[in-house]
Amino acid sequence: MSSAEPILRVSDLEVSFATDEGLVRAVDGVTFELAAGEVLAVVGESGCGKSVTAMTLLGLTRSANARFAGAAYYGDTELLGASDAELQQIRGAEIAMVFQDSASSLNPVQRVGRQIAEQIQAHEKVTDAQARERAIELLERVGIPNARKRVDAYPFEMSGGMRQRVMIALALSCDPSVLIADEPTTALDVTIQAQILERFRELVAQMGASVILVTHDLGVVTDIADRIAVMYAGRIVEQGALDEIFYDPQHPYTWGLLGSIPRLDRPRPKRLPTIPGLPPSLADRPQGCHLRPRCPHEFDQCAKTPPLVARVPGAAAHLDRCWLSCDRKRELREIEPGVIGLRGKHEVELTKGGAGS
Amino acid sequence: MSSLLEVEHLTMHFPVRGGTVIDRQVAKVHAVDDVTFSMVEGETVGLVGESGCGKTTLSRTLLRLLEPTGGTIRFRGTDVTHAKGRALAPMRRQMQMVFQDPYASLNPRKRVGQIIGMPLALHGTKRDAREERVAELLERVGLSPEHINRFPHEFSGGQRQRIGVARALALEPRLIILDEPVSALDVSIQAQIVNLLEDLQEALGLTYLFVAHDLSVVRHVSDRIAVMYLGKIMELSPAEELYSKPIHPYAEALLGAIPIPDPKENRERERVVLPGEPPNPMNPPSGCVFHPRCEYATDVCRSVQPPLMEYAGGHLAACHHPLNVTPQEVAMAKRSPASPLSAGDETPSVAAPVADAGA
Repeated sequence: MSSAEPILRVSDLEVSFATDEGLVRAVDGVTFELAAGEVLAVVGESGCGKSVTAMTLLGLTRSANARFAGAAYYGDTELLGASDAELQQIRGAEIAMVFQDSASSLNPVQRVGRQIAEQIQAHEKVTDAQARERAIELLERVGIPNARKRVDAYPFEMSGGMRQRVMIALALSCDPSVLIADEPTTALDVTIQAQILERFRELVAQMGASVILVTHDLGVVTDIADRIAVMYAGRIVEQGALDEIFYDPQHPYTWGLLGSIPRLDRPRPKRLPTIPGLPPSLADRPQGCHLRPRCPHEFDQCAKTPPLVARVPGAAAHLDRCWLSCDRKRELREIEPGVIGLRGKHEVELTKGGAGS
Repeated sequence: MSSLLEVEHLTMHFPVRGGTVIDRQVAKVHAVDDVTFSMVEGETVGLVGESGCGKTTLSRTLLRLLEPTGGTIRFRGTDVTHAKGRALAPMRRQMQMVFQDPYASLNPRKRVGQIIGMPLALHGTKRDAREERVAELLERVGLSPEHINRFPHEFSGGQRQRIGVARALALEPRLIILDEPVSALDVSIQAQIVNLLEDLQEALGLTYLFVAHDLSVVRHVSDRIAVMYLGKIMELSPAEELYSKPIHPYAEALLGAIPIPDPKENRERERVVLPGEPPNPMNPPSGCVFHPRCEYATDVCRSVQPPLMEYAGGHLAACHHPLNVTPQEVAMAKRSPASPLSAGDETPSVAAPVADAGA
């Protein structure tokens, strides 16, 4: 990680969509910076706004029903207000995207090599033959065996893993400085996922690109991320370095997330810890802290929205949105010695009297 | 403990048709290839493997949604391999399925009451009794009986999966096949559904076949786990033992591929990335089907299909060069009658033809 000027600065990003059920606020005041060469993982469950945040940066959520506020700077260019022509210049060349589902993201009636060449030629003046050579070279770099032959294959002739490699080659084709990867390995089998993550990590390091990795899989995150932003119901609720989030998580939602993953490296618990209840509807969210109705540790102050600020002494870059004091959090988050998770509401009420908080 | 389900040498081959002018069978896909196992009442067997390994085909064949090409399926001692029509009905009652995608497996135009009531109606429950039973089922899976008149789209993914579970429970089955029941759900919701399934199993004495690709979830729910690769069972073992000492290199590779959600452990761990992709099931490799991707493979692996060997504690594995077992354990191992018919007679030698293998 370099301490130089961040490559991407997003401040107070708001995205809402007008729907039949009213105004859906998908992203609500998201602020973060991306340093050159770093991998930032945005994690959260479906509907938390992580994909909308990522797609908005490239203008992919623009529509008649969408409203935007805030700002997103890539260098000196403001992305939210940029014209379509300006965005066209940036998309693919400066900021590129790897989508989750390679089966529906690649053009099914065009050979894969042609799709890569097309993107190169959209941004650079090169001949067809040169573009094709570049495409072959890229396919080799992402680990497609026999690339010179596979360059003429159609997407349906390839396996899911191979198609995802093509997606990565496509994203890397113009040497972008920022890569946005939206669940890049979710649709793949574990052994193929491991292959692709390893290759992806190598390539990104070689190129020195920054990455925004959108995912729900905390295992993948540990493999690749430098920093993590945890999102819940449209907001970032906690943000910090990889180890800070895993070993000193501050927000009860993060505890819940960490606790509910079944772990291969630990003895099997009798029951899996869960987060009680369901995420709120984005059209009708609770006042104040969004987690309040599901949080066993909520108290009066939670009716006000906690700001995203540093609350851990000595960790200026570790931000969270929870009113509880840091010491109290450290007491509350262990459901059993050494295991972080969210307690059930009734357990907390049982112990409340004795603890005298 | 009696066997609820016994499967012997079950095969499910799909014909591939083609040819110019004359249509003929040009090849077959070996989706399930000589699989033998049994399940006792009340246990959970996990079935894991990568996409295309045949785990879903196997579960559909067990339910007789597909007509098997070979082998036998016995349910509570009755041979149901080729049972038809009326003979199948009583067995269908006792074997139900929960599907992977709660968005695709519930009819969007039917109300919850109709969806859950359908199996009851098909098996002749009268209307009044039906409504009462549906309300009871909704409560059982953690939904409110007031939801009976709602449509599936009014529910979240986790709630829909609860509806799917309620439908499967309607006829009081003995065996439920859960085909990736939580893989479409978010982690916190996954945990809720897994806990629900375990509660139901305890309360109703159900037997589960839990099909999944996520080894962490499978470990949590299963008593025994079968690992499939290219239509064959590679390893079948008590759940904890598969994780502490995988015998088959494929099982070891699968476990090694899962990132551990703990940064320090993940950094310290040495990861071996399994090369290549699963081969085409139309043309499976000779000998051990895993040999092209296996770092321990030798000549015998390329020519002879390994039999399933039974190691101590009922741990079965089909490998010529077993891992994590002592030479004594290998010497004590017996050829299991569950071995595929085409397997060779060679008994395994201790592994480690490759330098760093032993560990």
